[in-house]
Amino acid sequence: MPPADAPLVAARGLARRYGPVHALRGVDLDLHPGDVLLLLGPNGAGKSTLLRSLAGLLRPQAGSVMVAGRRLSGDDPDARRPIGLLSHQSLLYDELTLLENLVLAGRLYDLPDPRARAETVLARQALLERKDDRPRQLSRGMQQRAAIARALMHDPTLLLLDEPFTGLDAVAGDRLRALLGELRTAERAMVIVTHHASEAWDLATRVGVLVGGRWGYLGPRPADLAAFHLTYQEVARG
Amino acid sequence: MGRALRHALAIAGKDLRMELRTRTSLLSAAVFAALVLMVFNFARDPTAVATVDLAPSILWVTVTFASVVAMNRAFTVERENGAFDGLLLAPVSRESLYLGKYLANLAFVLIVEAITLPLFVLFFNLDLGGALPGLLLTLLLATIGFVAVGTVFSAMVAKTRFAELMLPILLLPFMVPPLIFAVKTTVPLFAGRPLSDVLPGLRFLALYDVAFVTLSVLLFSAVVDE
Repeated sequence: MPPADAPLVAARGLARRYGPVHALRGVDLDLHPGDVLLLLGPNGAGKSTLLRSLAGLLRPQAGSVMVAGRRLSGDDPDARRPIGLLSHQSLLYDELTLLENLVLAGRLYDLPDPRARAETVLARQALLERKDDRPRQLSRGMQQRAAIARALMHDPTLLLLDEPFTGLDAVAGDRLRALLGELRTAERAMVIVTHHASEAWDLATRVGVLVGGRWGYLGPRPADLAAFHLTYQEVARG
Repeated sequence: MGRALRHALAIAGKDLRMELRTRTSLLSAAVFAALVLMVFNFARDPTAVATVDLAPSILWVTVTFASVVAMNRAFTVERENGAFDGLLLAPVSRESLYLGKYLANLAFVLIVEAITLPLFVLFFNLDLGGALPGLLLTLLLATIGFVAVGTVFSAMVAKTRFAELMLPILLLPFMVPPLIFAVKTTVPLFAGRPLSDVLPGLRFLALYDVAFVTLSVLLFSAVVDE
């Protein structure tokens, strides 16, 4: 049992190379319940690599990730249980209906009544009437909501979001911001990767800027977004 | 039911449901098998070689390539919408994940074989008679082994650009040992010899199954974890 003040996520010395390119160079990160980290950085800075490492989808070549006191590895499936991921892709099978997709996820997470839970999360995303549709029959905004429903099926305490606003129109973007606001609880930590700080600035409690696989900046969210832009540009230039 | 088995059955059930809905790999494998049998049927000279001598090789060549066609789809469906990440992210052991994909592949290939065998009998006008139980056992034992290896390789090649081409290139060398013994077992069965005469071949196939199912389970984690 980890101590009460233990971080929900403790990443130490994460390093990952793709051939000659260093995507991560010894990255440390602590996230406590209630933290919302806005993860920024130029293209190729290592944001998605860090996010996939935190999700346990990418094995770092050095370092480790602990989530809720358990080390992420292929050998300990339960270490992944607290994690929810909203990626560029929906993680949904096109040949299954929304309900079937979510019930499958519920079974894999050992939920006691996957169908009831699936209907609850679909209703929350205003998709219950489309439960028998397949993902490809939905609009981009609806697909994003379906992906969110899948990510929330098991009520994760660590929510990782990789550019969640990409491809959404203004209305859908506002709806997603409102939902993320509701999901920001004292028990849950979130990491939001984005290219545009303004998209999730108000949600964040902390801001991190990765540059060349290292932290260029990691700290509490500054009060003034405009002033932070100057800091960001300095950091991003190295 | 154990948690690991429950997860495996959920994954296998998902694959079967998707396949029965689209029939992509079953239909293409069955049509492929029918075409291969048809080509062999018209290409052979029945006056030069007796059908009973040629039939075992034709059966196994057809089963081999039709199985590769069926297994090709196992992990390509997981690429759609990054769905495989959803499986890897779930609290499911890699062994359960492998078992689920393996059971689905095994079902696909056995269905393809169940379609191929009557076509084979029809095209070559064979009376299997007493050879049928032995032939079914040989098919089952050979299939258990090469599907185990095929499941690992289809996971390995799924992320490559030429997955459909890579799978047979990687898999066929591993299919050679069970194929040799499957053909060696089928020849005496077609000649009307009793099952007891082919026990050494069946034992080899069973041994191959134990070895390669175990190895495949152990290797799968290294293949899917980036």
